Amino acid sequence: MARSVLALVLAGSLLGLVAAAPQPSFAAGEHETPAPPRQKWSFSGPFGKFDRAQLQRGLKVYREVCAVCHGLKYVAFRNLADLGYSEAQVKAIAAEYKIKDGPNDQGEMFERPGRPADYFPTPWANENAARVQYNGVPPDMSVLAKARGYERGFPWFIFDMFTQFQEHGVDYIHALMVGYKEKPPAGFTLPQGASYNEYFPGHAIAMPPPLSDKRVDYTDGSPATTDQYAKDVSAFMMWAAEPHMEARKRIGFQVMIFLLVFAGLLYFATKKVWADAH
Amino acid sequence: MMSGHSTYQPQSAFMKWMERRLPIAGLVYSSFVSYPTPRNLNYWWTFGGILMFLLGAQLVTGIILVMHYTPHADMAFNSVEHIMRDVNYGWLLRYLHSNGASMFFVAVYIHMARGMYYGSYKEPREVLWILGVILYLLMMATGFLGYTLPWGQMSFWGATVITNFFSAIPLVGESVVTWLWGGYSIGNPTLQRFFSLHYLLPFVIVGVVVLHVWALHMVGQNNPTGVEPQSEKDTVAFTPYATIKDGFMMVCFCLVYAWFVFYVPNYLGHADNYIPANPSVTPTHIVPEWYYLPFYAILRAIPNKLLGVIALFGSIGILAFLPWLDTSRVRSAKYRPLFRQFFWIFILVTVGLGWLGSKPAEGGYVLASRILTFYYFAHFIIILPVLGWVEKTRPLPNSISEAILNEGLPLGASGPAPTATKN
Amino acid sequence: MTATSVEPTRRDFLYIATGTVGAVGAAAALVPLIAQMNPDASTIAAGAPVEVDLTPIAEGQVIKVFWRGAPIFINHRTKKEIEDARKVNVASLPDPQSDEKRVKSGKDQWQVLIGICTHLGCIPLAHSGEYNGYFCPCHGSVYDTSGRIRQGPAPKNLPLPPYKFLFDSKIRIGEEDAAKV
Repeated sequence: MARSVLALVLAGSLLGLVAAAPQPSFAAGEHETPAPPRQKWSFSGPFGKFDRAQLQRGLKVYREVCAVCHGLKYVAFRNLADLGYSEAQVKAIAAEYKIKDGPNDQGEMFERPGRPADYFPTPWANENAARVQYNGVPPDMSVLAKARGYERGFPWFIFDMFTQFQEHGVDYIHALMVGYKEKPPAGFTLPQGASYNEYFPGHAIAMPPPLSDKRVDYTDGSPATTDQYAKDVSAFMMWAAEPHMEARKRIGFQVMIFLLVFAGLLYFATKKVWADAH
Repeated sequence: MMSGHSTYQPQSAFMKWMERRLPIAGLVYSSFVSYPTPRNLNYWWTFGGILMFLLGAQLVTGIILVMHYTPHADMAFNSVEHIMRDVNYGWLLRYLHSNGASMFFVAVYIHMARGMYYGSYKEPREVLWILGVILYLLMMATGFLGYTLPWGQMSFWGATVITNFFSAIPLVGESVVTWLWGGYSIGNPTLQRFFSLHYLLPFVIVGVVVLHVWALHMVGQNNPTGVEPQSEKDTVAFTPYATIKDGFMMVCFCLVYAWFVFYVPNYLGHADNYIPANPSVTPTHIVPEWYYLPFYAILRAIPNKLLGVIALFGSIGILAFLPWLDTSRVRSAKYRPLFRQFFWIFILVTVGLGWLGSKPAEGGYVLASRILTFYYFAHFIIILPVLGWVEKTRPLPNSISEAILNEGLPLGASGPAPTATKN
Repeated sequence: MTATSVEPTRRDFLYIATGTVGAVGAAAALVPLIAQMNPDASTIAAGAPVEVDLTPIAEGQVIKVFWRGAPIFINHRTKKEIEDARKVNVASLPDPQSDEKRVKSGKDQWQVLIGICTHLGCIPLAHSGEYNGYFCPCHGSVYDTSGRIRQGPAPKNLPLPPYKFLFDSKIRIGEEDAAKV
């Protein structure tokens, strides 16, 4: 049986290679969107954990830069406790936002300071308003890190299953943040109001370059560079998209250990049971 | 097929009282304890049990998710995020359910391939096999309906594409699609009915599984030799022999399942489904879930809309005719050297079709899809019938025990190592 | 197999160990299945304290606000209502409790109650019933102006929510005075 499986795997790879051969000709047609460079993330791998300081910096970048256009509607202020903030700090951050509430006893909507149970307000009233204001609808950032990615292609996508590579989204977002070019390459006509980005599919992106060196003040001594901002805000977005990732990996490890022990016991129990089958 | 090793003897007064009124303990005993199972079954025979476990797991996690999910176009996506963020262990339950669907298909494909390799569909197991094909169709429908529920971009556009299959029906196609949608496009009425049906179909699956197991217990299990058990020497009692073996493999399978759930939970999904459904933008590259890919490739290989849809359904429907398309009198591929090679080619072709299904429908991919689609059908319509006539099969053993002895393996003592498929 | 005295013991141990580990796993798997029915994080967060301004509530008026999905009655009691509540013999009540214990000291006119009948959860009507307190229309439980059960099937007085006075005309429901806790 082992041999048939081996043959299957070999033949499968061969078939894949043969079929993959015409691939380059397709890719050449699409103005060459390079794969985002792999970054090091503290949360990758089976024991990965978020770097709290990085998430706090990412939140700062979000609040001072991204939040002008992008919502974060699935994240509540109370969730910021995950970033290492105390209850009082969470309350203080929430109170800095104006939340629309109501109707009150007079039947009118009113604004009040945010509470921990409130969610980050979206900076525009509705999608049509956003289109008028921003030349497009800035996507909500809550799940964006899971909603973006890129094709890994054969055979990498098979290896990813085993290496647990799950950071397509953050790698892409980081690359996008640093991938702006002041001038498009010769022969590329940029539509009105768009910017040229190396990593954006089609390259013409409606979002102007959001980050620049020294734009956000870091108080923890981290470099105030576009690259660092991009990394921090990407990590923050990964947390926003998958807030229970640490619990998932921790419980996952416990489950794997349990299953391995149980499988081992069952293996010997099966052997014992079948030894009686004479 | 034959009398069991022992019959149920109620011990307590209550069980004796019960047994005269509702002999359920006796039924369970004869079906899952004393039921004679061929002693040479290898580990490929454990996937039926694994599928039962997965069906149960999907039902439990699904019923729980419904407690927190909202089937409404405006709220479905939000409620899934609510599950992922706020509900206690909601992320775990949702990932178990979404990856469980994929694991279900992994297990069913292995189960089907095992049946095809060892000729488990042949006389007298035709009905058992056809019930299996029906189960597979029901699973595909359930999986598709479930994938629309998060109401992401892939949900929405997947539903659009799949329901449009029916627009290929001449004359009434458009009306049928409007009827399916409950509107002039996919929308809230569609989501609500899909939700209702997604909740219903698993219970239909449970019903057909009961028939499938009933049919199995009528005719008995096939085994790697394809020779029916002749005497009690050829069989062992289901419990403990098969139960413990199934249990061991179930836990091994759970290791794979847990790997996906806890470490790469979105690997088998698609990033676009984390974008809320948007009726005005189609994702640039839309693909179905991996388990539909071979059939999707067949659909796209045919340039004509109606014929493409017919080919798609035909590629699944043809499985129901397998018992009669395979004309060989020998069941197991172990004694069919030629068939064995064609079987593996067929598996490769199906995997290849799956890979092509994930690629854009252009250039060389289309040509490759056409060749493989042709081969897929040729396997059933030409190769299998012809093989039955021309193939020189190896001599069959007289009995299962003889086969085991000939292979130089002591009965059962080989333990859990797969014994039967040594090539 | 040759039967020895060691063999069965070791085998039994293996089976018992396997069964035990399996049972532990099954029990652990039940934890998320059960825990998911508990209030989720957003529900817990939404149950945060609410503040109520008492200024617009006239004497003799009862208002209803909601905290954690439960109706909270805020009764601005008249002098007569307070007197009625205080002149009864506490010991004779089905659920003996003095009116003083049911209000904040010095704030006798403000009575804050969870407006859920202790019988089977209906919402009683204010200013009604024999004692002009609360009357539950479902099964006829009668409460007095202190919200204490006087007649009918309900076993207990109307419960009091945790609350505190932020200042004379504002209360926060859902939080007890630090001194009292």
